This record gives sequence, structure tokens and C-alpha cells, in this order.
Amino acid sequence: MTEETDLEELKRGTDLVKRGFARMQKGGVIMDVVSREQARIAEDAGAVAVMHLESVPADIRKRGGVARMADPGKLETVIDEVSIPAMGKCRIGHTAEAQILEAAGADMLDESEVLTTADERYHIDKREFTAPFVCGARNLGEALRRIDEGAAMIRTKGEAGTGDVNQAVTHQRSIQRSIRKLSGMNYEERDEWAREHEAPRELVHETADMGRLPVVNFAAGGIATPADAALMMQHGCDGIFVGSGIFGAEDPSKMGEAIVQAVNNYDDPETLTEIAKGIGAGMKGQANETMPEEEKLQGRGV
Amino acid sequence: MKAGVIAVQGDVSEHADAVRRAAASHGVDVAVVEVRDAGVVPGCDVLLMPGGESTTISRLLREEGIDEEIRNHVAADKPLLATCAGLIVASRDAKDDRVSTLDVLDVSVDRNAFGRQADSFEAPLDVTGLDEPFPGVFIRSPVIDEVGEGVEVLAQWDGDPVAVKQGSVIATSFHPELTPDSRIHDLTFFGQEHASTQDGEGVEA
Repeated sequence: MTEETDLEELKRGTDLVKRGFARMQKGGVIMDVVSREQARIAEDAGAVAVMHLESVPADIRKRGGVARMADPGKLETVIDEVSIPAMGKCRIGHTAEAQILEAAGADMLDESEVLTTADERYHIDKREFTAPFVCGARNLGEALRRIDEGAAMIRTKGEAGTGDVNQAVTHQRSIQRSIRKLSGMNYEERDEWAREHEAPRELVHETADMGRLPVVNFAAGGIATPADAALMMQHGCDGIFVGSGIFGAEDPSKMGEAIVQAVNNYDDPETLTEIAKGIGAGMKGQANETMPEEEKLQGRGV
Repeated sequence: MKAGVIAVQGDVSEHADAVRRAAASHGVDVAVVEVRDAGVVPGCDVLLMPGGESTTISRLLREEGIDEEIRNHVAADKPLLATCAGLIVASRDAKDDRVSTLDVLDVSVDRNAFGRQADSFEAPLDVTGLDEPFPGVFIRSPVIDEVGEGVEVLAQWDGDPVAVKQGSVIATSFHPELTPDSRIHDLTFFGQEHASTQDGEGVEA
């Protein structure tokens, strides 16, 4: 064995390594946490990873003001507390926040519309980072633009902090519908679709050929119950982010465990019934239907 | 051949594709099933335990009652390939009470020994039984720190074992399923190298 040669050929931060990390999260539940205590509860409930932020989206909505990256010192305490990956959120376009979170040891960064947008025009150039990124998308064009910038994972935007799953459903359906349409198109039509939707054409062709996004595709935004999680898996998502839905619930441990079990049994109604029994009330939430447009977060960073 | 991919969590479709490629290269018909409930493993000829999070996987295996079925599968000397988190779950000891191991492989492991995601890497590896180096993809990988008698070390990285074989079980710290190279799957299920090396950036989900 030629160890010296091998060590020289070692490569970090490649697309394979970044996208591979995202693949390891498949079939799992990634839970929002604001403290090491919550991170412990999330890991014990069966989370595949925790997403650390200053306050959960539902509280950001109530509080108002500018929402920024959390204290990296607090992220470090979360990293020390759990053995599963710890992720952090930075503002859209805020490269410096992303650099800080990467240096603090975040396993994945979420360039998130839940926080206040820092750059009105550009997202972070994610190819420059060793850490993988996840980004939100409402449709296929957005998703492919983010992948082109280096995102290793896509999640639906949904409407964060509402506990209302309908926007996550809308976004996932939109992505799936576009992929099905593309798959039925010829080469010229795919090119035309790419121009119309301002999507990178190579990624458009790749997606059409594969019949799915070229990276892992999670659901996020408004998922509050085991049934919500099962619904999103039935819509073809690879896994689930739960934001305010865990720690906004009456019993976060029970709700967390139930959502983890629901993802594994998403296509088995009888088991889902057992899982959904006696877990306490979900977060109160706010219906998207009655929400004024200007309060919605999903329009940030398209 | 019926191949069961443990599918409670992790990179399941990648393993399903890899075992299909390995079987095809031998002209063997393979039916791949996803194992998310008890009752499926007993009908499987070979098993694959994917990468993912070992805390989550071990917990769901226990809750679903699949853990005992995997022990019986290995006790019957049927092949099992376990990668990364799968290796941790298969081991005798993960030195962490958050993971209940299956003890079907006499090794102890150090979880996430290579560090955090920033330290994840890819590099070519020399593997016993393979003629050409294998593209090793290490993602928050464990290291095997104690190897029992009867366990053969197939590959090392920086002096530590990263691929081992015991009876019908092969386990790796790295992720052969993330590359288009199915020689490790071949080695586990067909007992020999049957070159299906391809150039490429890895399989897509």
C-alpha cells in the first residue's frame, strides 16, 4: 500500500463529497434547535441532524426586525452536545456569515429565506466552500439556479413558521410537474424551457434525463405533524426538515419521535394511525390563506 | 437473487443501483427490496446496510424489530455489506450508548473519527482482492480501532483499518455506493472482482 501517494491524492470539498453528505440524510428528519438542550432532545428523538438558529421561524415572525446568523459560540455548544451533524443558517448572499459558520464547524449551511436577505441580487457562490449548502426553492428554475451556484441539497421553501404545509406541497408539486414536463420534451424544447425559466441549460438537460433533481430534495416549511411528514414523502421528497413544528408542539420529544417514525412508514396508513395517537397538540400555527403577501418569506431570494 | 437494502434511513437507492450493477455484470437476475419493516429480511439472500446516521438507523431497526432478523441472516452465513453508518451498526461496540449495535462483526469503531464534514474526503485506496485502487469516499466516517480474531483487514487508511471481512460480512468506513464502481459489492456478493470500473463523478440520486 502506497500511503504517501494516497495522502497526496486526498481531495476535500468535492461535489461528490458534498452531495454525498446530503445523500446520507435521506429518509431522515432534520430538526430546528435553538439551544444545546433542544439539540439533545432532537438527537434522542431520532433526528438525522440538527439545524441550529437563533430562534425558530414562528418566533422570528412574532418578533420581527432583522433576523441574522446565530451566535457561532452557541453552534459550537450544539456541536459538542450531539454526535449527529449540526447545521447552521446564514442570510441569503451573506458570504461572511457562511464563512464564520463553516469555520465554527457546521456540517452543512442553509442559505435561508427565513433570515433577512443580505444581498438583493446574488446568492452566495457556494462552490467556493468546503462545507455543503442546502437552499430553498419554490420551483424547478429556482432549484437549478441554486444547484448551479453549488448547492448540494434542495429543500422546498414552504412558508416557514406557519405550521401550514400547503406551500411546501405547492412547491414540491411545482418541481415534480416541471420535471415530468421536461422529460417528455425534445432537445430544442428543453433548451427553450431553460431560457424561459432562466435555468442553467446543462442542469435542465441532466434533470430531464434523470427524471429527478440531480441532488437530494427535502421538504421544508410548515411541516408540523407526522401526517404532514408522510404527505411530503408521498410527494416524492427524500426527507424532511421540521422547523417550529417540534419545539412549538405540546410535547417536543413525542412529536419528534412520531415524525421520525412517520417518515419511515409514510406509505403505511395503519402504522401511521398508531404513530399519530396520543402525541399531544401540534404547534398552533397560522394558515397561509389568511396571511398578507408582504408577511410571506418564500419570495426572498429567487 | 433477492437483495434487501435496509431502508429505514440513509443512501438506499445508491446501494440498490450498485447491487443491480454487480449482479448484471455476472448475468444474475436480482430483485431488490427495501427493508423498512420486520418480515422482509428472512426472504432475502443478501443484505446491504447503507450509510446514514447510525443513531437513527439503530433506533429504527430496534423499533421495527428488524435487528434480530439481521443477526439471524448473518448467523445463517448469508452475505451482508455494511458501509459507514452500516459498519457502526453492525459492529460489536461503537462505544456510544446512543447506538445499539448488532454485534454481527467483531470490531469496535470510533464514530466520526475522521472529524466533521469539513474533513470528509475522497482518495484512492488499495483493497485486498481488487487489482486496481478503489475510489474511497469518506463522509464523517468511522474508523475501526479494534479488530477481533477471524476478522480480515482488507484496506487501511493512514494505518487504521477502513475495510474488513468476517465470514459472509464485508464492512467499509467509506461509501462504495457513491461511486459508479461496484467492485466492493461484487466482492461481497460474488466473492471476486469482476471489473466494472467506470470513469465518472459518482452516481446521481
